[in-house]
Amino acid sequence: MMGAHDTGRQASAAPFAIELKGISKAFGPVQANKDISIQVAKGSIHGIIGENGAGKSTLMSILYGFYKADAGEILINGRPTTIPDSQSAIRAGIGMVFQHFKLVQNFTVLENIILGAEDGPMLATSLGKARKVLADLAREYELDVDPDALVEDLSVGHQQRVEILKALYRQAEILILDEPTGVLTPAEADHLFRILRGLKDQGKTIILITHKLREIMEITDTVSVMRRGQMTATVKTAETNPEQLAELMVGRKVLLHVEKQPANPGRTVLEVENLRVVDEQGVERLKGISLSIRAGEILGIAGVAGNGQSELLEVLGGLTRGTGVVRMNGKTLDLTGRHSDGQSRRADGIAHVPEDRQVLGLIMDFTAWENVAFGYHHAPEYQKNGLLMDNEAIRRDTEAKMATFDVRPPIPTLAAKNFSGGNQQKIVVAREIERNPDLLLVGQPTRGVDIGAIEFIHKQIVALRDAGKAVLLISVELDEIMSLSDRIAVMFDGRIMGERDPATTNERELGLLMAGVSEGAA
Amino acid sequence: MMDKLPKWADILLVPLISLLLAALVSALVLLAIGQSPMQALTVMVNGAIVSPYGWGYTLYYATSFIFTGLAVSVAYHAGLFNIGAEGQAQLGGLGVALACLFLPWPHWSLALVGAMVGAALFGAAWAAIPAWLQAKRGSHIVITTIMFNYIAAAVLIYLLVEVLRPAGQMDPASARFPATTSLPQFQDIPGLQSLFLRYAADGTVRLNAEGLPLYQKVPANVTFFLAILACVGVWVMLWHTRLGYMIRAFGKSEKAARYAGISAVKITMTVMLISGALAGLMAINNVMGQSERLLQNSAEGAGFIGIAVALMGRNHPVGVFLAAILFGFLYQGGAALGLETAIPIELRTVVQGLVILFTGALDQMVRMMLGWAFRARRTV
Repeated sequence: MMGAHDTGRQASAAPFAIELKGISKAFGPVQANKDISIQVAKGSIHGIIGENGAGKSTLMSILYGFYKADAGEILINGRPTTIPDSQSAIRAGIGMVFQHFKLVQNFTVLENIILGAEDGPMLATSLGKARKVLADLAREYELDVDPDALVEDLSVGHQQRVEILKALYRQAEILILDEPTGVLTPAEADHLFRILRGLKDQGKTIILITHKLREIMEITDTVSVMRRGQMTATVKTAETNPEQLAELMVGRKVLLHVEKQPANPGRTVLEVENLRVVDEQGVERLKGISLSIRAGEILGIAGVAGNGQSELLEVLGGLTRGTGVVRMNGKTLDLTGRHSDGQSRRADGIAHVPEDRQVLGLIMDFTAWENVAFGYHHAPEYQKNGLLMDNEAIRRDTEAKMATFDVRPPIPTLAAKNFSGGNQQKIVVAREIERNPDLLLVGQPTRGVDIGAIEFIHKQIVALRDAGKAVLLISVELDEIMSLSDRIAVMFDGRIMGERDPATTNERELGLLMAGVSEGAA
Repeated sequence: MMDKLPKWADILLVPLISLLLAALVSALVLLAIGQSPMQALTVMVNGAIVSPYGWGYTLYYATSFIFTGLAVSVAYHAGLFNIGAEGQAQLGGLGVALACLFLPWPHWSLALVGAMVGAALFGAAWAAIPAWLQAKRGSHIVITTIMFNYIAAAVLIYLLVEVLRPAGQMDPASARFPATTSLPQFQDIPGLQSLFLRYAADGTVRLNAEGLPLYQKVPANVTFFLAILACVGVWVMLWHTRLGYMIRAFGKSEKAARYAGISAVKITMTVMLISGALAGLMAINNVMGQSERLLQNSAEGAGFIGIAVALMGRNHPVGVFLAAILFGFLYQGGAALGLETAIPIELRTVVQGLVILFTGALDQMVRMMLGWAFRARRTV
């Protein structure tokens, strides 16, 4: 079947690893992919960039056999290939690493690797073979993972390596990675890029789907830009720059840097003294944090994920218990959880944009308007005649918020899960900021959010600060911390390593603090 | 990104096709045991729908199923699977019996209010213990509610045999309730009365010794209207009150609910109390409205059928109402089969099982096939 079109091989030297011709795919009235053509050279790293909902994932799902294209042709190594399912994709040498890993949590690494690729009814032979192959791969590509560790015990970065190993074990020559750094720390991302370069040197072809310009610039050879289902440009990475790519992606000029006036700090809003949090396993996550934030300033907390930032947000937001002293507008807050929760914190003037909007900030099955009332369902303007909720008032309020925050589509009755990541985040940010809190806790405000929305959300945070409110910003994106914060505190291992002025510090200095190297030693 | 069915197809077509499939397989079963499916269907329809006598029974069963179906649904919206409606309904019966037997009621309407309070309180109390164990100790509510069904049965047998049974009576049952607590049945309700007149062979109305007309007696009673009110009440509660909002939010995501300041303990307790009260209220229908004394095993499995009703009704009060009517029909129609044909009454259970299988467990299959059909139509 595949040999029928062999005539295509005679002309040029090396055929492309992947060539897509005129791929189209519609979901009902939505044209997710429109006449997309792309050529990916063998042994190159090809970036595909575009905002959420631009059609990147659909295109890759077609390539991996999850969807069938309505029209168009797929050529692998110059041969026309049909990919009706993922098994065929694997046979064609395509491996995929999804944004959300598809691993069995309570299997070991080795068991996950052979799952679906067993050599026979007895596992021992497959496991033995996989163990050897794994050792080779680890040596070759810096892909070391303990083969006998349970996946649930691995860090996110290591789980991702398992996914890559799974693809390589199935002899993938073409590796597709969907937003691979979304869940990684900067150090883990660097490691991933080293692995990808190593794979490229061995002649593997890599397609990297992302919306982060920096990654594109750093690692790809060629980059294709998608917007609204169409491929708007394919350029050599060396011949382009972030501003141009951003414009191609969004369709208008985008400010990549936050414009803000110098801060004008007023009275102290939040005071934290010797704050400690012990988690359910008895591990101390916060080891005596002290900080203060004044009205009209943004305190940024930098740090590698997992050094206590999440716990800091959660204890301040009333989600976990802690010990120590936290004063909000001079009032001492209850940290025992007996007299406080998310509700009472809101009453004390604290709004909270949680780190994980899909798990904490939103109920994905609820409509947009139900989510706008989420956490504020006691608000008097949302009630009527004592007992009932005024759903009509909430819907009206949602329409207003959607207009102010440019949420698309502006349909209050649409379920949260049907909005793109950026628009979901806008709903959360709108809900929290429009309450005009004295203190805004905000975690990873732009994780998984496209460039246009990032610019907008940053502006809103700065506007809140300029209105004389205090902001505690936690982010693993150092760029974001440096451009938004008026002061930067660096967290490492549950402690604050030091505080810096963003005007006088640099990434290197912050990076050292993030790695736990304290002032004297550096 | 999956192709979605139009809403009308999802709500109407899917359950209808599922029901047809269930009917089809039931017909095959009947053929296999050498019976005529058409005859069976005729008997069921005649026995359960056509005559006022038939639907007087159908609606009686449906009333019980509405209450237990709502009980399961409400808990389900909070992510809790209440398998204990059976036991809660039996305890509700105890509440009804105590209210009717030991308090003097001048009129049935007052007795109804008192018995409702008793039924709801006892049903809620029986749900409260598993709820507390779930909320505070993390003991799984499925396990505890199942166990509480057995405990309820044992408690009632003890009470009926040792405490409530009048001296000299043989069967384990309470004394008959006073006549002032007797609820109007359909043949006693002025507007409906004429439907239940009894006719002699020559077509004239049969009269009693005093020259008054005779009526057929059916068990359906005013509780049916209470059940409709309960459906409306549950709908308002779930989608138009803050409590309902919190229940649904908690049911969708316990973690997010914590962020919003919704207390897991409070919601678990509240929702299970409501669920237990609804299950308990079923006893108004069967204990007060029909048997007029407390019998052993009074709920007769309606608590379990409530699970199927909730499943088929997609936990929405309107769906629960319709599904309860359907199961009432199956119950009464099945009884008619047993009476009038050689088909064993156990077949009723088979048909119920098939309905549950197709509407509950296999409805995704129907949905998928409909999806293909709709897509094919679009692309043609």
